[in-house]
Amino acid sequence: MQRTMMDFWVGLFVMVGIGALLFLGLKVGNLTEFQPEQSYVLVGNFENIGGLKVRAPVKSAGVVVGRVTDIQFSVKTYDAVVTMRMDTHYQFPKDTFASILTSGLLGEQYIGLLPGGDEEMLKDGEKIMKTNSAMVLEDMIGRFLFDKASEKKNSDPEI
Amino acid sequence: MVDSIWRLGCAAHFILLVLLKSVPGFLRFRLITREIYYAGVLSLIIILVSGLFVGMVLGLQGYETLQKFGSESAVGTLVALSLVRELGPVIAALLFASRAGSAITAEIGLMKATEQLAAMGMMAVDPIARIVAPRFWGGVFSMPLLAAMFSVMGVFGGYLVTVVFIGVDEGSFWSQMQSSVDFRYDIVNGVIKSCFFGVVVTAIAVFEGFDAPPTAAGVSGATTRTVVTSSLAILGLDFVLTAFMFRGVS
Repeated sequence: MQRTMMDFWVGLFVMVGIGALLFLGLKVGNLTEFQPEQSYVLVGNFENIGGLKVRAPVKSAGVVVGRVTDIQFSVKTYDAVVTMRMDTHYQFPKDTFASILTSGLLGEQYIGLLPGGDEEMLKDGEKIMKTNSAMVLEDMIGRFLFDKASEKKNSDPEI
Repeated sequence: MVDSIWRLGCAAHFILLVLLKSVPGFLRFRLITREIYYAGVLSLIIILVSGLFVGMVLGLQGYETLQKFGSESAVGTLVALSLVRELGPVIAALLFASRAGSAITAEIGLMKATEQLAAMGMMAVDPIARIVAPRFWGGVFSMPLLAAMFSVMGVFGGYLVTVVFIGVDEGSFWSQMQSSVDFRYDIVNGVIKSCFFGVVVTAIAVFEGFDAPPTAAGVSGATTRTVVTSSLAILGLDFVLTAFMFRGVS
């Protein structure tokens, strides 16, 4: 069977098309993400992670210092175990405070690290002991309404 | 009015004939390869360039609006969802209709005007099996691939503008996109849409060409009708398909 240039171009076209479909299917994924050459892993248990997603940034003072690599639910402690991959350039003290924050009103959620004053630094694979859950809007509104209601009840007899 | 009903009936009859007679075309796959080259490969440039620019505009406009709410990282979601669900299949089909559909109509119409089709019939070669069916299947096959490439170029354009030029966080651009684009619900539905558009556009193109009055004016009129009718058909069908596929069940 003789081959022509046309066959080559059609083959290329089909290949690129299927490649495009694959790209869409896999959504490019983790080709070019923040992947420091030297990194270490930190783990944190959170009571509620809210809308935190894998690959969300870990920030300290607003600077991206790592990324969330894994989120699991622990049946031992009934909370969320968040694994973070951190850049080795940034070392944090043992009593660092990790909290889940939201950028902007509707923005994405990230982990904010507030360094403590301990002399010792967190090592690879260690657990951050002090964590703060994500703020859940419904809980907050509920608490607010409850406070308001009890306030009124307390002030009622005086009227 | 009565005339358009006649034409619609003829078109349905014709498409049925094409489907019945396409088995020999599949056996001689080289004929279809040739049509994929003319309909698909030669449409690549226009599809890729417009995809890139559509994605860039989406990124720019999306960023402009989303940054008011401090959620500019959702721009990846916006670009990907609007491309994969709607703009990719629809704009790629519109471009395909004007680039490849009109070429198919003009070619078949001119073959008819110069009596090449009649000559084939004289030689006991069925023009529908030999000329029309390969063009139909070549277009149907090319369309989903072109739409996928359009979407990919659009996502790349949006990435270029928002992440590289403006400086949206790269990780959240991709991760928000990945967490909100569902494979079955968004991508497969988009591909199904583009398959429908491919069938409709090429069916209109081959019918208009085959039905063209065998004069210069007739061929030019048929080419115009192909572009106009298939654009309207794409947009109308898109609404119907969207109503079937995305009924707020996300």
